[in-house]
Amino acid sequence: MTIINAAPLVRAIDIRKTFGDFEALKNVTLDIRRGEVVCVIGPSGSGKSTFLRCINQLEQIDGGAIWVNSELVGYRRDGQKLYHLKDHEIARQRRSIGMVFQRFNLFPHFTALENIVEGPVQVLGEEPGQARERARALLAQVGLADKETAYPSQLSGGQQQRVAIARGLAMRPDLMLFDEPTSALDPELVGDVLQVMRDLARSGMTMIVVTHELAFAREVADRVVFMDRGEIVEVDRPEQLLSTPKHSRTQEFISAVRV
Amino acid sequence: MTQTATMAATGPGELPADEFRIAHYTIMPQRHYGRFLAAAAILAILAAIARAFAMGDIEWRYVGMFLTAPAILHGLANTIVLAVFAMVLGIVLGVVFAVMRLSKNPVLRIVAIGYVWLFRAAPALLQLLIWFNLALIFPRIAFPGLFDVRTVDVMTPFVAGLLGLGIQQGAYTSEVVRAGLQSVDQGQYEAAQAIGMTRMRMLRRIVMPQAMRVIVPPVGNEFIGMIKLTSLASVIQYSEMLHAAQTVYYANSRVLELLFVASIWYLGIVSLLSFGQSFVERYFGRGDRGGRR
Repeated sequence: MTIINAAPLVRAIDIRKTFGDFEALKNVTLDIRRGEVVCVIGPSGSGKSTFLRCINQLEQIDGGAIWVNSELVGYRRDGQKLYHLKDHEIARQRRSIGMVFQRFNLFPHFTALENIVEGPVQVLGEEPGQARERARALLAQVGLADKETAYPSQLSGGQQQRVAIARGLAMRPDLMLFDEPTSALDPELVGDVLQVMRDLARSGMTMIVVTHELAFAREVADRVVFMDRGEIVEVDRPEQLLSTPKHSRTQEFISAVRV
Repeated sequence: MTQTATMAATGPGELPADEFRIAHYTIMPQRHYGRFLAAAAILAILAAIARAFAMGDIEWRYVGMFLTAPAILHGLANTIVLAVFAMVLGIVLGVVFAVMRLSKNPVLRIVAIGYVWLFRAAPALLQLLIWFNLALIFPRIAFPGLFDVRTVDVMTPFVAGLLGLGIQQGAYTSEVVRAGLQSVDQGQYEAAQAIGMTRMRMLRRIVMPQAMRVIVPPVGNEFIGMIKLTSLASVIQYSEMLHAAQTVYYANSRVLELLFVASIWYLGIVSLLSFGQSFVERYFGRGDRGGRR
């Protein structure tokens, strides 16, 4: 048991991803321990979102390998040969990974509660009554206990994003991925979403957060990853990386963001 | 010039001069004389047409008499049955082939493209005739160990009509469904995948319900088209409405009267369908009304 727990929850080794001629990721290698909160920062087009999307196979990697929970992502191994996983096997691997999108992507034809219940009932086969019970608790946890019957179109951006977080948590994931969760929000709505994420981080959830909120990264992250042009340039504790970055590209980015 | 002068004199934060305070003025309603004229002209034309029909060589009492005649009602029922079943077949085929068309599997994709190409190309009437005469190509239809029948026994006018109309309808509907599936935001597909849904479950639970908003209006349109398309099946001796009307007027020579009877029923069904469509649209539009966006 100890050996499994000591293994990193996410292990990415030499990840490569290209879109046509564009190299979105060049040999990205990173380990993430269980319970760790890692914030990924960097200029747009640096590959941060692509990296996140490769972890739950919304993008297929062109090289390297990713392990989540010591399980190889996207392939079945047989000796020295790798076979692509089938649709339902990929779906099974994604169950243990929650994802929160920049544009929320709530299901518009479902109410807030139905959005949260959908995964547990349809995918995990949970009993609907119990799933609703737990969905209510999750809504309360993100501060939206009174919005159970609201459709996404009746919620503000910040409220939608908190429902989206609850939807991810309802799957009891080992890992939560956040892809610029506050970038599409009006400034006054950012705080509530970050508070929910802060609480989640304190509860011990393993989180990878692509973000432009450097203050949030400094406060919550165990480590900050700086990416630029498809590479991981620097990884360090937030107080180190954000205050006294070693690499000149990191310095440039941090000072440019800090205007 | 005086106004600009006054405005210029009014500095920021100061109250505007009295000449700009016109909130108590009366707003006069617009007069649409053109609309009255157009409406009058249309009414006059309608009256003239109605008069022509009333004066024409039509015995209107025959229209009333045959409107509920058993033969006509039988034809009406057959029309509705064929239209509904052909449409159901068309929708099922349409969904299946649209999903195939958008599949990653090139074999499925090409089969779907071929299906749409073939069954949209041939006229519906021609397809009905081919199905009805299928026995000339396949004298028997058999599945080893399960059944073995003569094609002429199976290919009744109803079955030929159902296959002919339903299969060509599927080709049209699959294009409508494809447009619907493609109208759903990419983020919805990703969110469904991210909670671990398989492709089929995602299509059923997340994508199709949202695509329905785009799919329902044109499919309603095509359902209405189908009601009228069933009249083609009169050619292969299926006793739908037009066939029933014809059978009657071959006997009593009241041609126009019976054609009017059929028209009235077609008008009735289509009106009912249009009404029903608005309810279906409201159902699939839930969640995008009465809220902020």
